[in-house]
Amino acid sequence: MSEQLRRYHAAVWDEPLVMEMGAPGRRGTRIPDTEPGIAQTVGPAEDLVPRGMRRAAPPALPELTEPEVQRHYLHLSQQTMGMMGISLFGTCTMKYNPQLGEQVVARPEVAEVHPHQHESTMQGLLQVVHDFDLVLRELSGMDRFVFQAGGGADAAYLHACLTRAYHASRGELGQRTEIITTAQAHPCNPATAAAAGFDVITLPLEGDGYPSVAALEAALSDRTAALMVNNPDDMGIYNPHIKRWVELVHEAGGLCFYDHANFNGVMTRIRAADLGFDACMFMLHKTFGVAKGGGGPAVGAYGCTAELERFLPGPLVTRDEEGYHLVEQGPEGVGRVREFLGNVPQVVRAYAWARAMGAAGMREAADISVLANNYMEQRLLRIPGVTKSQPHLTERRLEMTRYSLGELTERTGVTAHDVQNRMVDFGIDAFWLSHEPWIVPEPFTPEAGEMWSKEDLDYWMDVLAHVCDEAHRDPDLVRTAPHRQVIGQLDGSALDDPERWATTWRAHRRKRPAAG
Amino acid sequence: MQSPQKSRAHPYMASSTDDARAQMLAAVGAREVEELFEQIPGDHRVSRGISLPPQLVAEADLRRHLTEVLGRTRSCEENLSFLGAGCWQHHVPAVCDEIGRRAEFLTPVWGTPSSDQGRMQAWFEFTSQLGELLALDFVGLPVYSWGCAAGHALRMAARLTGREEVLVPRGMDPERLAVVRSYCGSPELERHLRLVPVEHDPATGRLDLADLRGKLGGRTAAVYVETPTYLGVVESDMAEIAALARAAGAETIMGVDPISLGVLAPPGELGADIAVGTTQTLGVHMNAGGGVGGFIASRDEERYAREFPTLNVSICDTVVPGQRGFGMTLFEQSSYGAREGGKDWTGNSVYLWAVVNAVYMSLMGPQGFVELGETVLQRSHYAARRITELPGVEVRWPQGFFREFVVDFSGTGRRVAEIDAALRDRGIFGGKDLSQDFPELGEAALYCVTEVHTQTDVDRLVEALREVTA
Amino acid sequence: MLGVLVNPVAGMGGRVALHGTDGVWADRARERGAVPRAARRAGQVLAQIARSAPGTTVLAAAGEMGADPARAAGLTVEEVPRAGTGPTTARDTQEAARCMRDQGVELLLFAGGDGTARDVLAAVGTDVPVLGVPCGVKMHSAVFATTPRAAGALAARFLAAPGLPVAEREVVDVDPLSGSPVLHGSALVPHAADRLQRSKAGSAQDDDAALDALCRQLAGSLEPDRLYLVGPGTTTGRLLRALGLDGSLRGVDAVRGGRLVGRDLTERELLGLLAARGPASLFLGVVGGQGFLLGRGNQQLSAEVLRLVGDDVVILAGASKLAALDPPVLHVDLDDDAGPGTPLAGYRRVLTAPGTSTVLRVAG
Repeated sequence: MSEQLRRYHAAVWDEPLVMEMGAPGRRGTRIPDTEPGIAQTVGPAEDLVPRGMRRAAPPALPELTEPEVQRHYLHLSQQTMGMMGISLFGTCTMKYNPQLGEQVVARPEVAEVHPHQHESTMQGLLQVVHDFDLVLRELSGMDRFVFQAGGGADAAYLHACLTRAYHASRGELGQRTEIITTAQAHPCNPATAAAAGFDVITLPLEGDGYPSVAALEAALSDRTAALMVNNPDDMGIYNPHIKRWVELVHEAGGLCFYDHANFNGVMTRIRAADLGFDACMFMLHKTFGVAKGGGGPAVGAYGCTAELERFLPGPLVTRDEEGYHLVEQGPEGVGRVREFLGNVPQVVRAYAWARAMGAAGMREAADISVLANNYMEQRLLRIPGVTKSQPHLTERRLEMTRYSLGELTERTGVTAHDVQNRMVDFGIDAFWLSHEPWIVPEPFTPEAGEMWSKEDLDYWMDVLAHVCDEAHRDPDLVRTAPHRQVIGQLDGSALDDPERWATTWRAHRRKRPAAG
Repeated sequence: MQSPQKSRAHPYMASSTDDARAQMLAAVGAREVEELFEQIPGDHRVSRGISLPPQLVAEADLRRHLTEVLGRTRSCEENLSFLGAGCWQHHVPAVCDEIGRRAEFLTPVWGTPSSDQGRMQAWFEFTSQLGELLALDFVGLPVYSWGCAAGHALRMAARLTGREEVLVPRGMDPERLAVVRSYCGSPELERHLRLVPVEHDPATGRLDLADLRGKLGGRTAAVYVETPTYLGVVESDMAEIAALARAAGAETIMGVDPISLGVLAPPGELGADIAVGTTQTLGVHMNAGGGVGGFIASRDEERYAREFPTLNVSICDTVVPGQRGFGMTLFEQSSYGAREGGKDWTGNSVYLWAVVNAVYMSLMGPQGFVELGETVLQRSHYAARRITELPGVEVRWPQGFFREFVVDFSGTGRRVAEIDAALRDRGIFGGKDLSQDFPELGEAALYCVTEVHTQTDVDRLVEALREVTA
Repeated sequence: MLGVLVNPVAGMGGRVALHGTDGVWADRARERGAVPRAARRAGQVLAQIARSAPGTTVLAAAGEMGADPARAAGLTVEEVPRAGTGPTTARDTQEAARCMRDQGVELLLFAGGDGTARDVLAAVGTDVPVLGVPCGVKMHSAVFATTPRAAGALAARFLAAPGLPVAEREVVDVDPLSGSPVLHGSALVPHAADRLQRSKAGSAQDDDAALDALCRQLAGSLEPDRLYLVGPGTTTGRLLRALGLDGSLRGVDAVRGGRLVGRDLTERELLGLLAARGPASLFLGVVGGQGFLLGRGNQQLSAEVLRLVGDDVVILAGASKLAALDPPVLHVDLDDDAGPGTPLAGYRRVLTAPGTSTVLRVAG
C-alpha cells in the first residue's frame, strides 16, 4: 500500500462571520443617486410609502468595502473542498463542467434575458432549448421534453402532478390513488408522490437485488396510478424484468415513470420509450455536464410520450417555418411546477456539453464509467473490511457498486462516517453512503464516472485502504477525524434542540448571548 | 525525432486513451467493455445507432456555434426593458458574479461539515442576513422559486392548523398562482388544499378587507398576502390582515421581495407567521427566468420549525473548544431523512444562488438597501407621473406602489400588444401585458422601474409611448 | 446509576444454558465460542460509556455477569452479590435485575439474547427502562440496539438526560420445543433516535409516530356493525389504544361497535364469534424483530379461524422494523396442519403509515 499520500491540509482562515466584520459607514456598493429632476417631481422617497409601512430602522447588515466582501467570500471558497479534491459522490455523477458553458451563459444573450420578453426577441435561446429537446428525444425515444423542474426531485414531483392530470382527464383520479416505487428508488420518488396526494407502496428488494415481479403484481390494482422507478439502481444492479413490469403496470391502467438518475452508465444503450415507459427524467446537472452549484440551480428534464404531451406544464417551445414559439398549454395541462421556462442557462450548458460529446462521446463516457467502476470494484474488494452488497450476484455492476464497511465496524468500531471524516484529511471529497433506508450496514457508494483518471481513482483507493488500515491500528485516530480540515467534528447536540439551534445570527445571539 | 502518435482523446475524459482502457480491462479481467454490460438483456438495448447532431469537440468550433445561435437573442442590456412581473432587472454587482463562478462553490455536490465549512458558513450568512431584512429568526435554505415557497408555506399552514382552505389574493401573479395551484393538489386526493381567492378593492388595489372577513373562518388554514402586490401596490393594511387571520386561528403568510425591505416594513414587524418571497433580486441575473429562487422564513418557534420542508443550516460548536461549525438541523424531517414521511420533499434547489445572495447582501449593507429602495420609489413614481401625462394613458393606482405600476392604455384605442410591438422596434421592451390575465383592468400593462433605469431612460420611454400611442 | 448485566453464555446455544436446565449445554456453548461474543460486546459498550462519561458508577452483577467487564472497561463498579454458585442461570439474571431495580438504577443495560431479555422482563417488568446489547444469534425481541456501538451511544445519552422518552417494546422468545416465537410482553426501552449514528433501518421513533397516526386513521374508519379481530403485539395494541380500549396485548381481542366484545379469546371462542357475527376483519401486527406474523404467541388464530376470516386481513408494521428484515419475508407458523395453501401465504400488503405501505412475501 502506498505511503505516498498527499500532505494535504485544508485552508484555515478562521474566517469570522460576515456579520461580525466591517465598520460603521463602510460601503460595499453605491446605488445610483436619484436625479434632481426626479426628486423635484416626486418629492422625498419616504412620502411615497404609505403610513405605517415604512421601515423604522435599517436592517442590521454588515458594513464592508467591496474588496473586503470579495476577500471574505474567497476565503470561504477556500475553506470549501468543493470537488477540488477527488469527488466520487455516488448517484451524482461527478464530471467535468466545461468552462465554455460558464463563459457562454454569462453573456447577456442568456444572463440578461427576461422570461416575459416577446418570443421574437428570444429566438437564439429558444433554438437551443428546442435543439436540446431533440437531443433528449433521440436519447430516450420520448416525444417531448420540458425543463421547468428545478432538479430531479422536482421532475419526480412534476410526474406526480402529470399523473394526477392524466387520471383526472379520464375521470379516474378519485379511484387511482396509489403510486408504486421500490426501496431502492431515490427518496424523492415516494416523497413527491406523497406530497402530490398519492398513497405510496414501496416494494422491498428481494434476493435478486430488486423486487420480484410477484411483489409488483400483488401491489397492482385498479387503484394503481403510476410506477416510479430507477434502473439500474444505485447499487449498479439492473432489473432485467423491467419490460414485464411496465407491461403489468400498463395492464393495470397506471403510468410508468423512469427516473434516469443513473443514466450515465447506460447512455446510448437504453432508451426509456423502447422499454415501454410513458415518461422519464434526466438530470442535466448530473449526466449532461452541468455544474451542480452545490445543490442547484439544476434541471430535471422531463420527457413523455405524445399521448401525455397535453398534460405537460407550459409554456412549450415549438418550431415552425417562421421560427421558435412559446406556446401555452390547454386546460388539461398541469399548469406550472415552477415559474417560467426553467433554468435556461443550465439547458444552454447541457446543450454545449452534448455537442462537445456527440453520440460517440456519450457512448465512450458510458463505457468508461462502467469500466472504471469495475476497475475500482476489483481493487476495493481486496481492502480488508470492505464488502459489497448482494455479493452473491456475480454479474458485473454498472456505473456504481454499493459497498459495506460493516465488517470493519464490527472489528474496529470505526464506521463509514468515521472513514469519510478521515478521508477528507487526504484531500478526498466526501463519499456518498446510501439513501435511507440502508440496505447494507455502513454503506458507501463511489461512482467513478468518466472524468477522473486511473491515477485519481488509484489515489482515492489508496486513501481508503490507508484509512481502513488506520482503523485496525489506531481506531481512535479515525474516530476523532478529521485532523487536517477547516474545523473538527461537529458537536451536533445543539442541532435538534429548539433552545439552542439557530438558523440565523439573530437567533444565535438571542439564545447564546455570551457565546458571540 | 519521431513525432508522438496522434491522439484523438476527448479533452473531458482522462481514460479516453487506448492505454487507459487496456489497463483497466486487464485489471477487471475482461476483453472488451461490452462484457461489462452483461446485466442488460439484449432486447432492452437500442437496436440502431443513436443519431445526434455532429460532435463539436474543438472548443473553437463549439464556441463559434454557440455564440452564433445565441446571437439571435435580444437582451435587456442592449434594449431598454420595463418588464418585471416575477423576475426583475436589478443591478448585479461584479463581485456576485466572481464568487458565483468560484469552482469550489460552482461544481460540487456535498462534503462533510468540516470539508464544506466555507460553504456552510456562506449559507448561514445567507439565512442570517435575510433574517435581518425580514426581521425573522428562522430562515431555511432556499427553494426553487417564490411560487414554490408559497406552495410549501400554505402546506405548512395546513399541517399546523389541521385545516384545508387557504385564502390568496385574486390579483396574484398568474404564473405564481399556477405553481401554488399545483402544490394544493387535486380535490380527488387526500391532503388537498382548497384555494379561495380574495378580491382586491378596485379603487386602491389593496386587499378587500370586507371580502377577506367574509371568507375567513374555521376552515381557513392560512391567509396569503403579498406586499407589494403583483400589481405593485404596497399593502398598507398588513397588520390588520394579520390580526384578522390570527383571530380566525389561521396562519398569516406574507409574500415579499427582500429588495424592498430597506424602505418597507419587514414581515416580522407586521405580524407575519411565515414569510416567503424571491431571492432572484439579491444579486442574481434574470437568466431568462432561470434566476428565480425562493425562501421560507418564520418566527423561531418549534411548531413552525418542525414543518419546514427545506434543509436548514444551524450554527453549532465542534469538538474543539471555542471552534464554531455549521450543521444541518431538523434533517430528519426532510425527505432525505424520512422518504415519503418527510415534510413535502427536498432535493436540488438553488443553493449556489444562496451564496450569491449572501455576497449581495454583504455588499449592500444597511445603507445600500435603504438607498436602493428610495431610488426605486422615486424613479418608479417619476415614471408613473410622466406616463400619465400622455393622452389616453392612465396609471391605475398612481400612489402607494413600489417599483411596479399598472398602466392602462384603453384610452388610446390601442392594444397593449400593438404598443409593445412598436416599442420593440424602438429598442424598448414594454411592461408585461395584463390584458389577458386581468381583462377588467382594460388594455393594461405592468411597468417596472428599478435603480437601473435613469431619468433619461424613463424620458425615452415616455417619448416612445407618445409616438406609438398617438 | 447504570445497571449492568451480562449473560456470559448468550449466543449460540446459550439460551438453553440460561434457563439453567443443563449446565452441560453452557459448557458446550463456551466451547463453541459464545462466551467471548457477549463478554466482548459488553466490554465494547462499557468502554464506550467510560469514554463518553468518565467516572460513571455502575451497579453490576457479580463477576463475569457484569462486574468483571465493567471494571476492565475502567468504570467504577458496585457489585450485586450472587447467591448461587457454578454456571450462571436464569435465576441469577432475574435476581440481579430485581436487585438493580430495587437500588434505583436509571437504566438496566443487559448483554444477551432473547432469553436474557425474557428474564429481565420477568424480573422488572416496566418498572425500569432496559436496553439490550445484541449478542444472541437471532434476536426476536425488539429491545435490542442494532449494534453494540448504538447501544453505547444510546445508553450514554440516556444517562446524561434520564428524562428522555421511553417506549414499549416487545419481548419475544422462541419456544425451544416447537421453534415458534412466543410473545412474553413488553419492556420499556429508551427511545432516542441517534442522529449521528443512524440505524440500518431508520428510526424506531419514526415508526411509533407513523403507526399511531395510522391506527388513529384505521380506528376512525371501522364500520359499526362489523366484527374486528385484533391480534397480539404492541403494534395492534396501538389500534386498541386509538379506539380507547384496553386490550390483552398477548392475546386475540374482538371489537364491535367501538366496544371490546372479547378479550384474550381462545380458538373456540373465536370460532363461536365468527359463526354468530358473520364476516370479520383481522388486524395483525408483525411481532418482535424477526418478521413473525403468527406463531405460538397467537395460536388461537388457527388455520380454521383464518379460513373463516378470509381475505380481509390488515397487516401493520413499522417501516424500519420491516426494512431490517433480511430477506424481506414474513413468517406464519400455524399450530395445526393448514393443508395445502397456508392461509395468508403469498405476497401481502403491509401498512406502515397513513398513505404508506409495502408488499411482503408471507412464507407458509
